[in-house]
Amino acid sequence: MLEVSGATKSFGGFVAVSNVNLSVAEGETHAVIGPNGAGKTTLFNLVSGLLTPDSGSVVFRGKPLKKMQPHEIVKIGMARSFQRVNIFPRKSVFDNVQVALIASRGLNFNPFRQASGLFRDETIALLDLVEMADDADRRAGELAHGRQKQLELAVALAADPKLLLLDEPTAGMSLGETRAAIKLINDIVSKRGLTLLFTEHDMNVVFEIASRISVLHHGEIIASGEPQAVRDNDEVKRIYLGKE
Amino acid sequence: MFTNPTFMAIQVLNSLSLAMNLFIIASALTLIFGVLRIVNFAHGAFYMIGAYVLYSVVGSFGETDLGFWTGVIAAGVVMAAVAYVVERFLLSRLYDKEHLLQLLFTFALVLIIKDAVKMIWGSLQYSVSYPPMMSGAVNLGITYYPTYLLFLCILGPLVAIGLWLGLEKTRWGRILRAARLDREMLGALGTDVTKVFSAVFVIGAAMAAIGGALAAPRVAVDPGMDALVIIDCFIIVIIGGIGSLWGSFVGALILGFLTVFGTLIFREWEIVLVYVMMIGVLLVRPWGLFGQPEAERH
Amino acid sequence: MATRGQTIFLILLFVALALVPLAGERYPLELAVQLMIFGLFAMSLNVLIGHVGSISFGHAAFFAIGGYACAYFQTRLGWPIFVSMPAAIGLTAVCALIIGYFCVRLTELYFAILTLAFSMLVWAVAFKWTEVTGGGDGFVGITAPDFMSNPVLFFWFTFAIVAVSVGLLWLLSNSTMGKTFIAIRENPTRADFLGVNVRRMRLIAFVIAGAFAGIAGALLSFYVRGMFPESAFWTQSGQVMIMVLLGGMHSFVGPILGAVVIYVLETFISQYTQYWPIVLGTILLLIVMFAPDGLIGMFRSIGRRMSMRGRRNA
Repeated sequence: MLEVSGATKSFGGFVAVSNVNLSVAEGETHAVIGPNGAGKTTLFNLVSGLLTPDSGSVVFRGKPLKKMQPHEIVKIGMARSFQRVNIFPRKSVFDNVQVALIASRGLNFNPFRQASGLFRDETIALLDLVEMADDADRRAGELAHGRQKQLELAVALAADPKLLLLDEPTAGMSLGETRAAIKLINDIVSKRGLTLLFTEHDMNVVFEIASRISVLHHGEIIASGEPQAVRDNDEVKRIYLGKE
Repeated sequence: MFTNPTFMAIQVLNSLSLAMNLFIIASALTLIFGVLRIVNFAHGAFYMIGAYVLYSVVGSFGETDLGFWTGVIAAGVVMAAVAYVVERFLLSRLYDKEHLLQLLFTFALVLIIKDAVKMIWGSLQYSVSYPPMMSGAVNLGITYYPTYLLFLCILGPLVAIGLWLGLEKTRWGRILRAARLDREMLGALGTDVTKVFSAVFVIGAAMAAIGGALAAPRVAVDPGMDALVIIDCFIIVIIGGIGSLWGSFVGALILGFLTVFGTLIFREWEIVLVYVMMIGVLLVRPWGLFGQPEAERH
Repeated sequence: MATRGQTIFLILLFVALALVPLAGERYPLELAVQLMIFGLFAMSLNVLIGHVGSISFGHAAFFAIGGYACAYFQTRLGWPIFVSMPAAIGLTAVCALIIGYFCVRLTELYFAILTLAFSMLVWAVAFKWTEVTGGGDGFVGITAPDFMSNPVLFFWFTFAIVAVSVGLLWLLSNSTMGKTFIAIRENPTRADFLGVNVRRMRLIAFVIAGAFAGIAGALLSFYVRGMFPESAFWTQSGQVMIMVLLGGMHSFVGPILGAVVIYVLETFISQYTQYWPIVLGTILLLIVMFAPDGLIGMFRSIGRRMSMRGRRNA
């Protein structure tokens, strides 16, 4: 479904991602792990079109993403969340999801279709999915950080993606919140038949839900495979898991 | 007429003196933008204040060298004092607000300064003569050229080099360049950001006023003189790239030559030519000749 | 964007305007016409500033293009008004499309400066293209339909066009497109990742704003029986921005409220002093420093405080 080949990106003299090959098959739950600064977020930005690789290519569902803008990539079935919550903080929870639905249905070009009450059921259904229907009328920026992350998930799901990119979906959450959030994500992904590519710092979570794991270190993929194989990989043990 | 070397030499010098006078003003605008991220519409009004202060000082000292140069310095000092008060008590409260508010703040200054100038000096048009020591013309071999305008041609590059050295070689310059790149980093370095901003605004305003004082013998001093010079400055800054010192130098040269030679070739359509040129540059380089694309911030 | 309070304000405003002809005097009629024209102009700018969040400092360009085009079509080409006005609006929209195409490639301050530069290009053309625009003296003596010489009929003509325009803008502001505009204002990156082509939406907003400014400009050309290059000058763009800010840019009726207040103040203060700009500058300074959400913002916070006090007393 997603094929990254030889992708390299540097900023000034600093090589953030170097010759990365990554392949995500349909239905996979694929985790990218690695210490801070390993290049995970840069990799996600390359995949989602926020950045363009200096060299190498990203192919999603058979289409090369080289010249594509993020909004075009969203339209062919990829949605993402950000490590730092990225929502509309001054709008209500309801409005956050509703406008996402408006965009995904292409109604953003319609100056006459009145928005009031539009997609009410779908919006509430999506909020239900992330257990936030009760917060529909609250301002998104007022919510606790973990709830905002959850809202961002609902906003991403509104685009009806085939591939979901979640950058540190549990960053800043307490242990209990992390458990609940991961269970929720896992449920949604399997219920909707989504392919998931995510980064996560909590190794227990990673090994619990990932069907494949890629390890990024200093911008390079040093191992990629089934969880057990990655766990047994000597290099991974040495430079990454050994430190845990 | 373009084959006449004397005529061409005069036109080139006219272009240069116009360009260098504008550069002194525009470089200050680009400095303020680069560091404070503020589009200063009042820059033209500061320029106007400079011209009027010079006029008043020359009026009380008489048309002497002392009167003229005192006037130029007084223009800078008066403007610096006004700018300090404005920055300290008003503008500094807006740095963390929306761009729109900062922009409209400077627009409010334009309205207030323009009327204040009318109140103080009236709506008449004044003219100022060249300082006596530069009232003659210099024999350049090919032609005679007014000494004062030649002085402007030489002063421009000197100001450019001075600013460049100041930015590249001094501690202050390093701070300014850091401020241009990353404000938060600057705070983390322990530098008093507010002092840097205040200094840049005051220096920039004083430069605009000195530029206005120096322009006074070249142009008519009247309450409408601010409105067009600010547009010239914006064009220079857009062509050269916002925030770039050498960009504004090159932009000033382009504008100077386009204005002088455009008038010769296209008559009154010269002003349109300038805009067409600017749009042409933006087509190829949306951030100007020497500008940097807005950083990807996420 | 439009709350119930704002809708009521809008209805009351138009009812009040509709009563103006009953006074039977010319002066209130003229003031009301100016109010409506500049109110519409300010509202058109708010599509950019308030909705999609792009600070245009060159909006007067489209005001002028609409006015000049209408004057030219009416007078030089002798077109009837029901052809010349739509044609003028169409031409303004096309100009907005071309200019906007370049401007929306940049954002924030760069966008503001570029729109300013383009408006000055329009000004320069208006100033120099004497055969078409009348040059620095302006386009004087426009051929207007006969009914316009009657101030009451002209008032109703303006009233009808402004009411329909405001109605259309109201629909836009509450539409799915309007919601998308606000999403772009609030967070362009997120809007991009919702699948919204942010640049194209900004361009659409630019064209809509330009077209409505063109309507206001065309009305002005009929009202003053001419058009002048100053209407494209950057200070005119600044003037209309002040109206938007004074009223409140994040509300639907703010700009028209701002236009009303500024017009009434200007008329009143100009009777006592020639220095109206310094008063305006001071008002602007005070709003920028102390009430950045404009009058609507002040009303809202007063309303909130009163309702809190009411609850405490109950």
